[in-house]
Amino acid sequence: MTDLTAGGVNAPAIRRVEFDTEEAKARLRRRYRSEFRFKVYGFAALAVTTTFLLLLLSSIVSKGIPGFFQNVIVTDVLVDAGKIDPEGNGDAATLRAGDYTAIARAALAEAIPGIEGRQLKKELNGLLSSGAGDALREQVLADPSLVGQRVKTQLLLADEADVFLKDSSTTIRTIADTRGIATPTGTTGDVTIFVGANDFADDIAEVKAELKAKAAAIMEAIERRKARGAGPESLKDLEREAADLRIRYEAAATSETLDSKTPSRLVAINGGIVKVKEMTPTLVKGEVIIPLKSTADAAPGTWQIRVYEKPESNRNLNDRGLTFLEALKAKGLVENRFNWAFFTTGDSREAELAGIQGALVGSILTLLVTIGLCLPIGVLAAIYLEEFAPKNRMTELIEININNLAAVPSIVFGLLGLAVFLNFFNLPRSAPLVGGLVLALLVLPTIIIASRAALKSVPPSIREAALGVGASHQQAVFHHVLPLAMPGIMTGTIIGMAHALGETAPLLMIGMIAFIVDVPTSLTQAATVLPVQIFLWSDLPEPAFKMKTAAAIMVLLAVLFVMNGLAIWLRKKFERRW
Amino acid sequence: MNKAPFLTAAVVSVFAFASGAEAREQIRIVGSSTVYPFTTAVAEQFGKSTGGKTPVVESTGTGGGFKIFCEGVGVDKADGSNASRRIKKSEFELCDKNGVKDIIELTVGYDGLTIAQSKDGPQIALTRKQVFQALAEKVPNDKGELVDNPYKNWSDIDPSLPNVKIEVLGPPPTSGTRDSFHELFMEKGAEGFDSLKAMKADKATEKEFEKIWKSIRKDGAYVEAGENDNVIVQKLEGNKNAFGIFGYSFLEENADKLKGVSIEGAEPTFENISGGKYKGARPLFVYFKKAHIGVIPGLDKFIAEYTSEKALGADGYLTEKGLVALPKEAFEKSAKAANDGVTLKADDLK
Repeated sequence: MTDLTAGGVNAPAIRRVEFDTEEAKARLRRRYRSEFRFKVYGFAALAVTTTFLLLLLSSIVSKGIPGFFQNVIVTDVLVDAGKIDPEGNGDAATLRAGDYTAIARAALAEAIPGIEGRQLKKELNGLLSSGAGDALREQVLADPSLVGQRVKTQLLLADEADVFLKDSSTTIRTIADTRGIATPTGTTGDVTIFVGANDFADDIAEVKAELKAKAAAIMEAIERRKARGAGPESLKDLEREAADLRIRYEAAATSETLDSKTPSRLVAINGGIVKVKEMTPTLVKGEVIIPLKSTADAAPGTWQIRVYEKPESNRNLNDRGLTFLEALKAKGLVENRFNWAFFTTGDSREAELAGIQGALVGSILTLLVTIGLCLPIGVLAAIYLEEFAPKNRMTELIEININNLAAVPSIVFGLLGLAVFLNFFNLPRSAPLVGGLVLALLVLPTIIIASRAALKSVPPSIREAALGVGASHQQAVFHHVLPLAMPGIMTGTIIGMAHALGETAPLLMIGMIAFIVDVPTSLTQAATVLPVQIFLWSDLPEPAFKMKTAAAIMVLLAVLFVMNGLAIWLRKKFERRW
Repeated sequence: MNKAPFLTAAVVSVFAFASGAEAREQIRIVGSSTVYPFTTAVAEQFGKSTGGKTPVVESTGTGGGFKIFCEGVGVDKADGSNASRRIKKSEFELCDKNGVKDIIELTVGYDGLTIAQSKDGPQIALTRKQVFQALAEKVPNDKGELVDNPYKNWSDIDPSLPNVKIEVLGPPPTSGTRDSFHELFMEKGAEGFDSLKAMKADKATEKEFEKIWKSIRKDGAYVEAGENDNVIVQKLEGNKNAFGIFGYSFLEENADKLKGVSIEGAEPTFENISGGKYKGARPLFVYFKKAHIGVIPGLDKFIAEYTSEKALGADGYLTEKGLVALPKEAFEKSAKAANDGVTLKADDLK
């Protein structure tokens, strides 16, 4: 490309670049390849990030969506005056103190009538949450005339039942083409059902096959361990277990007992359900879960065998609970509803009652304190440093310190809060006021830095024009520079707030990692915040809290998206280009 | 800029307003994250049944809890502290120094420290000695000399154990659960070796012995899985050859996926832990300040709720949350002592 004209005798030799030699073409190809590779790396980096982000989000969303829903029993209940307001005085305090749980249980007993025996009743009532009557209480308080009437209401299910309904890993197989006439000996308690055909032969074969496979697996383990030189003493337990299994599967096909480690089998007959404990090809012995209507003969095909494929020991809901739940479902009483209460209640140790209102309000109160302190102090500090402060050692030192503070680990601010606000000023523990103060310290450097950058980006011509028409320095800054810098300042503030919203570590030291049921109403009342609530829920053993955790994360993410979106929108709307 | 003095005034007035400590209407409890799920359940029931404010329960860890608990007596100080171990003499003395003289101790029940595995995992039963051999940094070899832990697979320890890699997920050193694991499993396991037992008996080598059972191998066989036990549960679901160490309540709530490993022939079940057959159990405590009873409204009623049959009894709601109840007599004794305000003496502690 060098198009040099020779300038004198001593002019350097003209350097010609050849484009059409093989060498040059190879060089060109190499450069293109290099660029192509770079693009591929960049794209791959983006793809990996997006994949991880999508994986994370989809995992949270798929776990969290069920957390926003709650299974309830929707039914008509009789609001029994005797249980709520026996004296009929009808005042709010009496109505509030009424025993609504008893009413909920009565409604359940009505839906599945005839359940006798303490254990069975306990299992049936165990399906209901301890807050099952709360919705009804609100209804009655809103309209006291409902006492004594039949009211349509919803009864909350307990978390085990709720999780079971949301998780579809237990399949129920129904064998409807039964061949024999079945005759039960009773309607409640332990019964025997005689069948006129070999209806259970297949089931017995199946159970025995399972036992055989299990025994074979144990024998194999024993052989392997023997081969490694294990002493006979140490293998005694395993050998005994294998022998027990062998006795069971080798016994003639006359009788087989079922335990919690094999799939459960139940017989639905005459409107009731019997759980099989022992079976032969032509008769089963078992325990009645839902009472039978009669002991009449059941014609072939009118009775069924049900198999719960997942063994009882691999489920959190036992056969009785599962059977009751299935009966309620069959009656169409169970509904999966959107759980509004999640947004209107405070924390609870019962997963189905736990809500995030307390944490949300706590977060809002804390952020109000933070922004109330941060915005004026941060912006004024930025204006002073940027526009008024003399440029000397002192201000330089301050500047460096502010930049350093922005990088200090957040737990340090918590320690500072503990030492200064709690121990020195004697402020109350767990209060949003203290949380807000600590978070304000945390985000102040961010806001100062962002505000200074925003002020700096306003062109000097604006300032000079203002000064030129006679404005004072202060007028120039407040009337002209600051309004133009505002979008940048607001963006910085919102991002700082979003940062504060997601913090947990500094709050640990000032007592906000706590179980707080009551929704806070003032700055000095005990409160917790959203990320802390997530942290606390994630540590609880109940599986239902896993869904709640994911749901709370979704709420937090939504709030963060909105805040960041607002920052972008503000920037777009008010941004000026020069 | 003329706003600055105004702002200062505002901030100062907020401080002044808030620090005027008025009578507190809420009970405040701090302490162990292991006892947290139980105390919170009692707090919620208490709040519901009295209609008043629900007590605030902080999760600070046992040691952190005692630090706050022992700060002193007064309406701005905590009323109770959860603990997954007994109060130490040093902590008792700190309390005493700060004026917290009368401390009521309530034993709420047991937490079985369980070693659990996936339901699909290989059949295994362990002794504490084997657990020590699997996880200690230094173990005695055949000649009784201390060597770096040579065991890679469980079957290297004893041929009757399955031939899978030793992989145990457990809590980090900051956790109270880890302390209990050392005391209940590692120390007792180490005592299973005569050479080590002799070390313990000898005053000169006592400290050395302590170092042996307090050191866990760092070659990857023991994986620190963080404070959150749910993380361990999730990892066990994915890896059927791994084992996890956590409290009994996590095993109970995840009984559909996990099974407990029996220790010295006893499986970690409610009955075995409560009856003392399972060796990996530790008692859980809640401590209250006697001086706060009558000052903080409802504190005596809260203790009564905690010690009631419907909470702590064998069929109480706390057992549903995974607490292993005390045997009937011990429960009644502990409940009575707490309700009568029997206080702890320095001589009770070692």
